[in-house]
Amino acid sequence: MTMQFSFGPILYFWPRTEVEAFYRKVADSRVDCVYLGETVCSKRRELKFEDYFRIAQELREAGKQVCLSTMTLLEAPSELRELRKYCDNGDFLVEANDVGAISLLQEKKLPFVGGAALQIYNQHSLRRFIGMGMKRWVVPVELSRDWLAELLAEPMIDSVRDCFETELLSFGHLPLAWSGRCFTARSENRAKDQCELCCIKYPQGRTVTSQDGTEVFVLNGIQTQSGARYNLINQLKGMHGLVDMVRLSPEPEDSFTWLQRFRMNQDGQRPYGLAKNESNGYWLKLAGMTQMNEGMNDDG
Amino acid sequence: MELLCPAGSMPALKAALENGADAVYVGFKGETNARHFAGLNLDADGLREAVRLVHSYGKKIHVAINTFAHVRTWDHWRQAVDDAAAAGVDVLIVADIAVLAYAAERYPRLELHLSVQASATNAAAIDFYKQFRVKRVVLPRVLSMQQVRALARTTDIELEVFAFGSLCIMAEGRCYLSSYMTGQSPNTAGACSPAQFVRWDETDDGGLESRLNGIMIDRFAPDETAGYPTLCKGRFQVGDDTYHALEEPTSLNTLDLLPELYREGIASLKIEGRQRSPAYVAQITRVWRQAIDRVMADPEQFTVQGEWNTVLAGLSEGSQTTLGAYHRKWK
Repeated sequence: MTMQFSFGPILYFWPRTEVEAFYRKVADSRVDCVYLGETVCSKRRELKFEDYFRIAQELREAGKQVCLSTMTLLEAPSELRELRKYCDNGDFLVEANDVGAISLLQEKKLPFVGGAALQIYNQHSLRRFIGMGMKRWVVPVELSRDWLAELLAEPMIDSVRDCFETELLSFGHLPLAWSGRCFTARSENRAKDQCELCCIKYPQGRTVTSQDGTEVFVLNGIQTQSGARYNLINQLKGMHGLVDMVRLSPEPEDSFTWLQRFRMNQDGQRPYGLAKNESNGYWLKLAGMTQMNEGMNDDG
Repeated sequence: MELLCPAGSMPALKAALENGADAVYVGFKGETNARHFAGLNLDADGLREAVRLVHSYGKKIHVAINTFAHVRTWDHWRQAVDDAAAAGVDVLIVADIAVLAYAAERYPRLELHLSVQASATNAAAIDFYKQFRVKRVVLPRVLSMQQVRALARTTDIELEVFAFGSLCIMAEGRCYLSSYMTGQSPNTAGACSPAQFVRWDETDDGGLESRLNGIMIDRFAPDETAGYPTLCKGRFQVGDDTYHALEEPTSLNTLDLLPELYREGIASLKIEGRQRSPAYVAQITRVWRQAIDRVMADPEQFTVQGEWNTVLAGLSEGSQTTLGAYHRKWK
């Protein structure tokens, strides 16, 4: 099977015009699949469900597979009502980033994409989620290639391997944690209730640096991301047979250039030297922040 | 309203029972629980002894098998469930649906509680876990009191909340910060910010720097108290400011919310700290026993006693406590 490429949902809070412009470019790009929707904070309402639904239809007409992504940390009843709109959309596949979404989708016996924040670490859990209708599994960010390979080789998974696809977040700052607290508001000395949607000022989040100068995290509202940009461009060759879809997380600049670079290096023919603040550790069974450059194609 | 206390060892377990715990929770040695620290927890023989002791007091014992099973060592998790059931424990605290399903199918009469590590924060997620015969859900420490109240009023499942102890500020079970920095996380290794990655360096001016796997977490002046470098509680730089960008080193303390938690029918108050000493468990348990007895006798007249707060502050990180996410202003 040929490797497919996807754009994940936009994790940051961008002005509506930027979002619309990004998806116009997506329509003209060579990406196979697109995820749309707000997954981080329900107060971000530059685009509403109806806007995403319209963009989804336009992208489908442009020949893209489209999925609607749902919130990861769901707390308030109002957030569940919004979630139900996504799950009841009647048309597009839904990415469930919380089991609450699966609960709603199961009521209607609808298939779904299982997001990276679902806690699937072993064959028995994976098999059960597949049984519930999971058609594509976005692997948890902290799993290594070895862990995924072991898991997929288990007989109870191997025997159903044609029932689901795997997807791996391979480019972008990694979502690492979600909190009740808004760290961007805190960084501006505001309470979450009075955040004034200040995330919109930080289209790539706010960088958190250690006192001796290492970029450790990125603050994105209630989400904490990796300080390093994860970049598995040199590991693509070793993903064949394990990863069916390679996900890139949208950034304000250069997302399409990176898509092109990834496509060009699918079989390791065009390796790319990583920048200082990029990492690939998780996939290589190291601390996530680690960057390994030796033998750029030597990943098994 | 149950008082559920931590027991990382037999002496801590005795301390909890002697000081008024209604129930205790323990874990097995090894990677099947989220406090996988050297010198902590029980083996299968120890658990049988613990069950006998707890039951002789007429109290309950919960066993946390609350990490996510690995591929090739799945048998360790299955064995933990079997050992706990054989020992006659009252409750299993579980997060992984594979472990939940195994326990539910194999031991239909064993009571199952959903661990905080499963990160169930809303009514739809709680509904999801009903298919595994979960009787109680332990809520993550990210919800406000208003959200806890809304859940308590919509779900028919028992709710347990964290009342006191170390404050996890992220939705538990979905926090990968520790593996990002060290390669080991609660989900993959049963520990956060593991001790083998900690390094302390003295600075020229007599202060201290703490590092986790080489990354500077904090820098302390000579007159400052230096705390353990839990990575979300360090001082970092954002823009021009250096501060506790995520959270201060502080402990959760919900004494002020006790009447409200009681009125909303919260089934159990959990004290964090299986890694703590028997003396710590004894003191905490005594305070919370008194507070719960007082609120149950007369919730309207309940007031927090100054001496309780003094004891709890003395046992807290940085001698500070917070209502955490329960209080909207914290967020």
